Amino acid sequence: MKCFVGIDLGSTTTKAVVMDDNGQSLGHGITNSRSNYDTASKVAKMEALVSARLTMFRRALKSIDELNGMVDDVIDGLERNFRLELFLEQLGDLRQTCIKQVRQPGYTGQWDQLSEALDEIFNRLEQSLLALFAPGAERKSDFFRDLAGAEYMNVGEKVAAESGLAFDNLLNVYDKSIIEVENRPPETALAEKFLIALDRVFTERKIPADTQIVRSRIEEALGIDFEETYTVGTGYGRVRLPFPKEHIRSEILCHGLGAHLMYPKTRTVLDIGGQDTKGIQVDGNGIVANFQMNDRCAAGCGRYLGYIADEMNMGLHELGPMAMKATRTVRINSTCTVFAGAELRDRLSLGEKREDIIAGLHRAIILRAMSIISRSGGITDEFTFTGGVAKNEAAVKELRLLVNENYGDVTINIDPDSIYTGALGAAEFARRAGTGVPQSH
Amino acid sequence: MNTAAKTEVVKESSMVRQKEMIARNYDALTSTAETGKKVASTFVPGNLNELIMSFGMLNNLPEINAINNGMRRKSGMMIMDAERRGHSEDVCTYVKADIGQMSKGNIAPNGKPMPPPDLLLLSYTGCFTFMKWFELLRHEYGCETAMLHVPYTGDGVITDNMRNYVVKQLKEEVIPKLERVSGVKFDIDRLRENLRLSAQAEDDLVWVLQSARNVRSPIDAYFGGVYYIGPIFSAFRGTQEAVDYYRVLRGEIEERIKKGLGPITPEGDMPEEKYRLVVEGPPNWTSFREFWKMFYDEGAVVVSSTYTKVGGVYDLGFRHDPDNPIESLADYCLGCYTNRNLPTRVEMLENYIEEYQADGLLINSIKSCNSFSAGQLLMMQEVEKRTGKPAAFIETDLVDPRYFSAANVKNRLESYFQMVDQKRSAKAA
Amino acid sequence: MSTSTIIERCNELFEDLDFTAAREWKAAEAGRKVIGFMPVYIPEEIIHAAGMLPLGVVGGGDQLEVIHGDAYYQSYICRIPRSTIELGVTKRLDFVDGMLFPSICDVIRNLSGMWKMLYPDVYVRYFDVPQNYLNDIGGEYYRHELEELRDGLAELNGNEITDEALNASIKIYNERRALVREIYAFRSETPWRAPAAEVYLLMRAGLVLPVEEHIVMMRDYLEAAIAEDRPMRDSCRVVISGSFCEQPPLNLIKSIEMSGCYIVDDDYLLVNRWLLEDVDADGDPLLNLALAFIHKSADTAAKYCTSKEDVGQFLLESVRNSNAEGVIFAAPSFCDPALLERPMLADRMSEHNIPHISFKYAENSGQMQPIREQAGTFADSIKLWS
Repeated sequence: MKCFVGIDLGSTTTKAVVMDDNGQSLGHGITNSRSNYDTASKVAKMEALVSARLTMFRRALKSIDELNGMVDDVIDGLERNFRLELFLEQLGDLRQTCIKQVRQPGYTGQWDQLSEALDEIFNRLEQSLLALFAPGAERKSDFFRDLAGAEYMNVGEKVAAESGLAFDNLLNVYDKSIIEVENRPPETALAEKFLIALDRVFTERKIPADTQIVRSRIEEALGIDFEETYTVGTGYGRVRLPFPKEHIRSEILCHGLGAHLMYPKTRTVLDIGGQDTKGIQVDGNGIVANFQMNDRCAAGCGRYLGYIADEMNMGLHELGPMAMKATRTVRINSTCTVFAGAELRDRLSLGEKREDIIAGLHRAIILRAMSIISRSGGITDEFTFTGGVAKNEAAVKELRLLVNENYGDVTINIDPDSIYTGALGAAEFARRAGTGVPQSH
Repeated sequence: MNTAAKTEVVKESSMVRQKEMIARNYDALTSTAETGKKVASTFVPGNLNELIMSFGMLNNLPEINAINNGMRRKSGMMIMDAERRGHSEDVCTYVKADIGQMSKGNIAPNGKPMPPPDLLLLSYTGCFTFMKWFELLRHEYGCETAMLHVPYTGDGVITDNMRNYVVKQLKEEVIPKLERVSGVKFDIDRLRENLRLSAQAEDDLVWVLQSARNVRSPIDAYFGGVYYIGPIFSAFRGTQEAVDYYRVLRGEIEERIKKGLGPITPEGDMPEEKYRLVVEGPPNWTSFREFWKMFYDEGAVVVSSTYTKVGGVYDLGFRHDPDNPIESLADYCLGCYTNRNLPTRVEMLENYIEEYQADGLLINSIKSCNSFSAGQLLMMQEVEKRTGKPAAFIETDLVDPRYFSAANVKNRLESYFQMVDQKRSAKAA
Repeated sequence: MSTSTIIERCNELFEDLDFTAAREWKAAEAGRKVIGFMPVYIPEEIIHAAGMLPLGVVGGGDQLEVIHGDAYYQSYICRIPRSTIELGVTKRLDFVDGMLFPSICDVIRNLSGMWKMLYPDVYVRYFDVPQNYLNDIGGEYYRHELEELRDGLAELNGNEITDEALNASIKIYNERRALVREIYAFRSETPWRAPAAEVYLLMRAGLVLPVEEHIVMMRDYLEAAIAEDRPMRDSCRVVISGSFCEQPPLNLIKSIEMSGCYIVDDDYLLVNRWLLEDVDADGDPLLNLALAFIHKSADTAAKYCTSKEDVGQFLLESVRNSNAEGVIFAAPSFCDPALLERPMLADRMSEHNIPHISFKYAENSGQMQPIREQAGTFADSIKLWS
């Protein structure tokens, strides 16, 4: 089947969406942008194709009556085991790469010892990490680096202590290897991995249907060829995509169109990403009528919260929940990222509570965003909020308050998958270009 | 406003002529020790070139020096130098580049030192910073200063009170000071003759700028326009040289229209005209070529700009008038672009978009220049509302390279051009 | 009445971003009109003579959240025009019948045009002042400007503004000017008895109250302050320069005094004492106002200085007259006039061995720690050297 791909190359993450020729989104994928945008877009696209394949499976299994009510369970198991396969493959790659690293001249004289230690580490890693893919287990992230990295540190430190090796060496070996591995997208056939994953699903649990039928449906779905007809790239790093110019669209247009596709009544879009904040006005067809972005100043972008998190020695994802605990909101006046740090320390020294200050910082970032929206022409019903910051509950709370205060009762749309808005718009542009539909329809 | 370009660029005969004129002017300025000529430093908007020349004096424009240093990428160091010496990072970078140039021996583009001015002629037109700039120069040079206070046309009209005030200052303050510094008696006939030449060149300049009304414009009225205004906004208004230059330029553009050619760029003729834009605000000088390229690579032609009106809004009818010499100098100062109130500026932009059949408005907002920049966001909203055409907003600086983020500017321009495209195809469908 | 009762009232007025007092004044009688004006100076006498209330609008301070105001300005523009627009957009100035934008800088100048576009029904005037100080040139021009203002207000009101009325207003304002001078002199002499923050709030009240009320208030304060005994601290004496437009947060003024500097002169809210002496209340009132402006007015960076030697003289005199030991240059971020002028003023102070430091603020500056540190170190160094 014909399919169309949109890729949104952001400053921190790269997103991809695969769409069919009816404009139905089949799947989406995300990865960290790394230093190599080319790989990032390949990986994101692969992830999106995996997700599209899962959609195919879901459609295929729906026709089996016995599975009624548990298709999602089967698909989840399939995905989890598929990810395990992918993960094991990458872990194997990491092991090989690490061992190769050890043979570099820098480690002369200790490579036997190091290789031995590495073998030990990876043996233990395979065991401990398998648990992450057990049914019902929760994974903090699906990025290989996040999963493997933390555990490598834990296990590596222990093994180093046991074998009397300097952990620094093992760390260096890992640091060099992970970059290589990350930049090497998995090559082996995905179909094979899905089938292995399916077998694991069958052994994990009892399926109330003929496994042969299930397997043949899955094989049929795997047989559908995704014919990549047209790809459009967008986002901060779009100029670095290896695409010809006509395959590149500005992120403003893509965000506007993407938001329109998610919520057709959208007239105003706010996107707060890592690098910038955009206020976009769209018409009834998703055509951008006006837009404004933050100026040179980074205040009011996701980066501002990142900076604050660093300043407070907290994780970015911890900020929102902490702000929700606030009993009052401290007024933070500095819109400047650098000064906000100073003001924060000033407030702490005055005895203000951390959560109250952080609530104030969330208000400050949303105030900036409100100004950008106001600059682009204000808020017209409906209003759609997208981007990484849309996942932050404290930011959303402040936004709802301020929108209501300034623009009254407005429908506010926040999609849990809003991070894919730009890629979705890009995919739709790809579909229009690939099927000859006018760009504005 | 010449440029010392790094690579060979396509040049027409008017460009060669302009380059020679400007070189000659710098040579005249740097050889006053031998010639005994007196120098007046003054500003582009509201400059009194005809009057200065009528006393046999030369005209030195610190803004143009700053632009030169910007285009030759020397301004960054000069600005930082001035900041190290206590000038705030918040203020106009023309001022700091100028002060930085002085501290580095005040070397002109021809490599020779600039003489200290004999008179600082402060024509305070349309910019508050000018006043402090010249106080700072006086602080350094300690030379004679003449202040011409030009009231702002806050209600959009030149009142008799304003005109009388400027005329009186010219007669009772500026002219006597010029007489004293130059040792030359004021000769109104000489002034009249200069003004007559000004008006001639002004006619041709207006013709050139309005040639962009042709769809398939033969000129770019912003990036190219900067060159076209060079002689008349600087030391040549009121000279035969300027009259000749504009005659030649007009001839070249007539030729381009006949041949159906688009604007000339540093990389040759523009192959197509995809977008027609009106631009508000001065350009960035440190990355002038890179900035321009972002336009012509996309087929974007600027058909009208307000920056080409800072040294005189001639297209709305004003001409220097030999029959009313002092009054017409007063009206000239009072009528410069940034001396007009915001509603008038909005009206001008609105009219440009209509008359020049532009696709929209682009504002290049300059950090240094609050005279231009403060209020531009409201101007943008108003123009959008009145014309229904899309507008975009980018931010750069005049001569501070730290304030030109190419990726950022390009991103916005691309988004803007694509938005125009999308709107067009929506309209077509 | 104690100083604290008076200052409490001043503080209420200061914190009231809805200008309730002015609203109440207007509502008290049908047909009353309120004319807003921005820094630095406006001849309030003309507004007063028209029977209207002059209302000083000096931004939104540190308690106003600016949303829409930011939409109109780039990040490199000072804060006062944004908060002023915010006051407008949030309808806090909806009772104001006219707005005057004095000639101070390009930003406020352009704001006059913005106000015209945003509020087409309001009487909006860019109020120019002469930068030429000769009677028959600058004086003549300015006299005409004052006439235009007078006629504009008269038209708004539908009544002529007579010379008698103008002269009467000049008299009242002379009274106020004298009191303001007295309070400043009192503070300069015994700064521990009139803390800077109190004097600031007292002056600030003058921006929103009818002048007659303000006069009574200042009299009461002075009387109470003289009667009260307050402890003297071992602080040094400083003059604040550069704060003539966008106002610092009250906390900043307090922080400077807390860190060991008595403020003995400043350029906050100059409208109350712009004209340095009494204005002649007989004869041609507009001419008298014009001449007072030209020959007997305060100085800021917004004024042209006719000679190199004159630059900084006004500040120098202020230091001398108030027996100050140092100067703190405190200017708003992105304030073109103050920041452009600062190197010249700093040179002038250095020439006369007057210690000085400088920093920037915004009306909503939140962190005072760096200010306290700088002012404290400055105070210590002055004590060490003297």
